[in-house]
Amino acid sequence: MSDNTTFMQADGVESLIDVMAGKIWTLINDKEIADPLMVGIRTGGVWLAERLHQELGLRDPLGTLDISFYRDDFTRIGMNPEVHPSDLPIPVDDRHIILVDDVLHTGRTIRAALNEIFDYGRPASITLATLVDRSGRELPIQPDVTGLHPSLDPDQHITLIGPEPLGLILGAKTNRTSRGDEQDRDA
Amino acid sequence: MKKKKKDITIRNGRVVDPGNGIDEVTDLHISGGKVLALGQPPENFQPLLEIDATDQIVCPGLIDLNVNLREPGNEHKATIASETACAARSGITTLCCTPDTLPVIDTPAVVGQIRHKARKAGYCRLLPQGALTKNLDGSHLSEMAALKAAGCIAVSNCYTPLANTLVQRRAMEYASTFNLLTIIRPEDQYLCNNGCAHEGKVADRLGLPGIPEAAETVAVARDLALAETTGAVIHFHALSSASAARTMAWAKREGRKVSADVAIHQLHLTELDLEGFDSNRHVRPPLRTDSDRDGLRKAVAENVIQAICSDHQPHEADAKSSPFPDTEPGISGLDTLLPLTLKLVEQGVMDLSSAIARLTCGPADILELPLGRLTPGYAADICIYDPNRQWHVSAEQIHSAGKNTPFTGWEMPGRVTHTLLKGRLVFHEERL
Amino acid sequence: MSLSNKALQLDDEQRLLHFLTIDGLDRSILTEILDTAEGFTGVSERTIKKVPLCRGKVVANLFFENSTRTRTTFELAAKRLSADVLNLNISASATSKGETLLDTLRNLEAMHVDMFIVRHATSGAAHFIAQHADPGVGVINAGDGRHAHPTQAMLDMFTIRRHKGEFVGLRVAIVGDILHSRVARSQILALNTLGVSEVRVVAPQTLLPSDARSLGVHVYHDFDEGIRDVDVIIMLRLQKERMRGAMLPSEHEYFSLYGLTERRLALAKPDAIVMHPGPINRGVEMDSKVADGSKSVILQQVSYGIAIRMAIISMVIGTQNQRTQEVAV
Repeated sequence: MSDNTTFMQADGVESLIDVMAGKIWTLINDKEIADPLMVGIRTGGVWLAERLHQELGLRDPLGTLDISFYRDDFTRIGMNPEVHPSDLPIPVDDRHIILVDDVLHTGRTIRAALNEIFDYGRPASITLATLVDRSGRELPIQPDVTGLHPSLDPDQHITLIGPEPLGLILGAKTNRTSRGDEQDRDA
Repeated sequence: MKKKKKDITIRNGRVVDPGNGIDEVTDLHISGGKVLALGQPPENFQPLLEIDATDQIVCPGLIDLNVNLREPGNEHKATIASETACAARSGITTLCCTPDTLPVIDTPAVVGQIRHKARKAGYCRLLPQGALTKNLDGSHLSEMAALKAAGCIAVSNCYTPLANTLVQRRAMEYASTFNLLTIIRPEDQYLCNNGCAHEGKVADRLGLPGIPEAAETVAVARDLALAETTGAVIHFHALSSASAARTMAWAKREGRKVSADVAIHQLHLTELDLEGFDSNRHVRPPLRTDSDRDGLRKAVAENVIQAICSDHQPHEADAKSSPFPDTEPGISGLDTLLPLTLKLVEQGVMDLSSAIARLTCGPADILELPLGRLTPGYAADICIYDPNRQWHVSAEQIHSAGKNTPFTGWEMPGRVTHTLLKGRLVFHEERL
Repeated sequence: MSLSNKALQLDDEQRLLHFLTIDGLDRSILTEILDTAEGFTGVSERTIKKVPLCRGKVVANLFFENSTRTRTTFELAAKRLSADVLNLNISASATSKGETLLDTLRNLEAMHVDMFIVRHATSGAAHFIAQHADPGVGVINAGDGRHAHPTQAMLDMFTIRRHKGEFVGLRVAIVGDILHSRVARSQILALNTLGVSEVRVVAPQTLLPSDARSLGVHVYHDFDEGIRDVDVIIMLRLQKERMRGAMLPSEHEYFSLYGLTERRLALAKPDAIVMHPGPINRGVEMDSKVADGSKSVILQQVSYGIAIRMAIISMVIGTQNQRTQEVAV
């Protein structure tokens, strides 16, 4: 990680979050969603969701997902040693969910998160919000709300660091460590 | 002297004959299957064969007091032919086989069959032990006089317990009537209680049912008392505890007619070697503590224990392919008897002469047989080995049919190059 | 050749290849198991009580000794990981017909089983199977003879951590038949590895190993002394056949000396918890009032058992998967 460069400082990220909050607000109004349930994906997605949850003044507590148990690369890289329990404090049945993650890359994390949510119940709808929407999709998944569309080479790697202050860093793609590199889970 | 067919001279070897107090570089002359002379040959002696033993050790052929050759009855494990051939390669010229075969060695017919097979194979002198009780049942005495006449050199009940101390007493008395040595594996069956490892810290941690040291010491004390009462000559086979060795030292000071041997693996391995549940280390009696091993080594060095044996128990692979307690106990020990004994010399436990004595004149004296010495007129049973050759134990290097050795990977000192039985070369290494 | 426990159970990166005994595992790997199990505790409360982690994997419950309870928790754990489960109760008579343990193993491997969960009456059986299993096949010890029952010990550790927060400073008393107990052996190793301040064993001499102190415990014969100021009391099950004979004179005398009653429990710390691997002999090991009382966490042990076993199964399958991939590359 020594050759990482800063892509965006904290104030830039914070203003992107403001933009995302505005877009989400517009979207839920358009869809006439009264009371959405926000769920962040560990770890970066939770940092974002905490801020968005506050800005939007949502009533129900924030949910968190740890998709370790739903990864499709478990058979290749084994168990993530830093797994945390997922925590969805409110039943998801018939609820409108706003799913939040930091970087949308291949789409595999979102696939796993969708599967996990459906193991908790049957939501009415799911809206996807990601800070970064980068190229390299391997699954037909697109964000509804996004902060940034950077143009990146396939071997470049963008990561949200945090939780305080937030920032985006750019680096050459590190070799996957066998112990479940958090930044690489999207691959 | 007329030139005879079997005349041999072994030149320039270091002759180590502890039974005669000899350790010198000299020539050894053999004629008519017997030792003829050391040093200068008689006039006109013209050997047909000369063996150059420069830089090698020439010693009496080894005597192994306790081996199970598996024949008759368990030929899938080993046979008399396979194991006597292995003995010859290992410098062993006399094997005493235990009676726990199928059928048991309790009739002259079985003795005759075994001796015939050994003679036919021609590698090794095979001296059977007879059963102390019929079919080793522990209650009915065997026909010991007939067994002795057929060629048994001792009687034993092996690991099978006797019904009670009264049978034990009478068996000893009856054997002593015919001057038959009673060989006893001292073990109290109740204290053994189906154990498979030394009762101590390792068995505690591995959850292996334990055999306490007292299983041996109780039996040694009991049998010494019975031997004193009956006047019988007894021999304890395979002592495993320092405490039993100390009792033997006491008995020796008291002038009791008792002797003992130890299995060579007990002088190298301990309970700590059971980590990992290696079934090749499952032996009976069990491997005990460091201090037991050290006590046994001391007793061997001080000649309190007069013989080292292989306690050879060859097994087929299946017998060891189970969880540790479910496997058959025993080590295939012929191949490693001499090198593991020489290792004790390397490790400073005793000098070479004492080590060779425990494999030659020591066991010969226990059996009261004119063997194990290079005395002129004695059978020319001779082992020649190269003390400077090291080898590593592996399945390919084990010539016994049983590959069950716990010493795989160990570096062994000494390689047998020639073995002579009654003046006949039964093994010599093919030099490349 | 035999491998050390550490070499057999862990790969080069200190990940679990098999789970056979606590012996040889360090505090970090035990903590990792406990932490991973925390992640799985929530799964049982979901609408769909399973995660797809081990989908397509085949787990064989290889039980040479009957135990419905242990087998059921392993089965449930494997199923909650979406694995397929084969339950094989192999009676002693089947193996005595000449089919060896190795034959059984080879037959199952031919069916492409990914994991064996083994219970056997002989100490060392799980080691034996792990040493002979194909590469890529993980083995979990579900109890072998008197040797080890490491998943039970880990669920006990999980229960203790849930109630006490951490291990440092704790005093734990294990009471009963230590000699024959694989559970006690594994618990003692785990407690000492995790750094409790004292492990006590309380039993008459006939139910203790010959050199109990070498296991790293303090030995008490008097229960009233042994229970004083302890934070955790673990009662062991006493097999019926040990109650009368040369080990113990009677159930009555055992209960009067080593039974857990409310009076004795009052000698422990006020917030002490009472554990038992089950099933309880009420009136022999403990009074019903204690078993069902507020300090008893016995039923929690059972439900934590599933999360712990999910953690261990998924960790082992994950490591073994990767090993086969490395071999294939």
